[in-house]
Amino acid sequence: MAGMKQLAGPQSRRRFLAVGGGSTALAAFLAACGSDSDSMSTSTTAMKPAGKSETAQFGKGDVGILNYALTLEYLETAFYADVVKSGLFKGADLETIRKFGREEAEHVQALTQAVKSMGAKPAPEPKAEFPLKDAKSVLELAATVENLGAAAYLGQAANIESPEVLASALAIHSVEGRHAAVLNTLLGETITPDGAFGKPADVKTVLKSVEPFIVG
Amino acid sequence: MTNRDLSNEQLANPELAVVNIDADSEDLSRSEVLLKGALAAGAVYGALAVGPFVRKALGAMGGSDVDILNFALTLEFLEAKFYEEAKTRAKASGELKSLVNLLAEDEQQHVEALTATIKKLGGKPVAEPKFDFAYSGTGGFLKLAQTFEDTGVSAYNGAAPMIKSKEVLAAAGGIVQVEARHAAAIRLQNSEEPAPEAFDTPLDEKQVLKAVEPFLA
Repeated sequence: MAGMKQLAGPQSRRRFLAVGGGSTALAAFLAACGSDSDSMSTSTTAMKPAGKSETAQFGKGDVGILNYALTLEYLETAFYADVVKSGLFKGADLETIRKFGREEAEHVQALTQAVKSMGAKPAPEPKAEFPLKDAKSVLELAATVENLGAAAYLGQAANIESPEVLASALAIHSVEGRHAAVLNTLLGETITPDGAFGKPADVKTVLKSVEPFIVG
Repeated sequence: MTNRDLSNEQLANPELAVVNIDADSEDLSRSEVLLKGALAAGAVYGALAVGPFVRKALGAMGGSDVDILNFALTLEFLEAKFYEEAKTRAKASGELKSLVNLLAEDEQQHVEALTATIKKLGGKPVAEPKFDFAYSGTGGFLKLAQTFEDTGVSAYNGAAPMIKSKEVLAAAGGIVQVEARHAAAIRLQNSEEPAPEAFDTPLDEKQVLKAVEPFLA
């Protein structure tokens, strides 16, 4: 499965970073806090503030960031809908998947509304296909998508210009974090693969990871 | 028409939508920007309540990054102490014992990171308050843990938009994501919905302090 392999990239990186433990995490935090020490920031290139045009392909400024987020939320919503239909899950796990899917759909709705209210055009819903082979690989994909989603929001937080867009993005970001922790728990993996400090993902990394699922 | 459609319709109010935000302007104080932002939020985010945003903005006026970080540090002191004590008091075993150890470690790292950052910004870290956690047994521990973690998430979400430095903001985001992960894990232990709402509502400083006040000795 090419998609799964691609997605393993950022996750492995996060696991690697998590291995560093306390001192690395602290250094990462300090590097993020405007440190001018190169030695600290080199290990945390992901914390580097993104260029202003990182989401330019989705629109200008905050609209671009919202449309980028909307695209990811569309994918998550479609993914959960497909998983529900797949019949691979039942009982409590199915309920969890349904619940998460409904929440992603609410994110889609809120983001769409936000873009429209700013007088811009919401990003189109991408056509997507996901490999739904068996329960375990689907849960792994779900965990990867949620961890990546949380990292994607975190990667944009500091780029958001208006405080109200930021407040709303943060309200979504932590819910993605909750979802990720639940899926990691279902897989018997640590709830905090990045350690005590969540790590951001840049747009390029995120898009490269979801690209295999977008068709046409 | 569903209720949601109705509320969107009402809140996507053109009068509110014309409020312009210029976050880049140095002329406006951050709190002024934020207040306007909060008003506009009702227009932008029809699905979210306007009230809490406005109260949050009003409640947080005038806070510097050091003030916000010290507020966060107080909460992290509380959580760190709570889990440190819980290692012996919560009577946890198996999976929960590992979780308590993980959470204790994470919160302690947050305390250290926030302390270092406050110093780095030229501020003075608050002293660790004395806490008194009134609970007994594993059930009592889990109930309190859920309150603390959910409150922590909402506290960071409420305070973060007031942060002026982008670097501090990014770092606070890294912490709140971990708090959210903790909250979900504790909720699973409580057999509660791990992500009860699609949006984690922000709390302002007063609301947060009210929630944690009973545990300050």
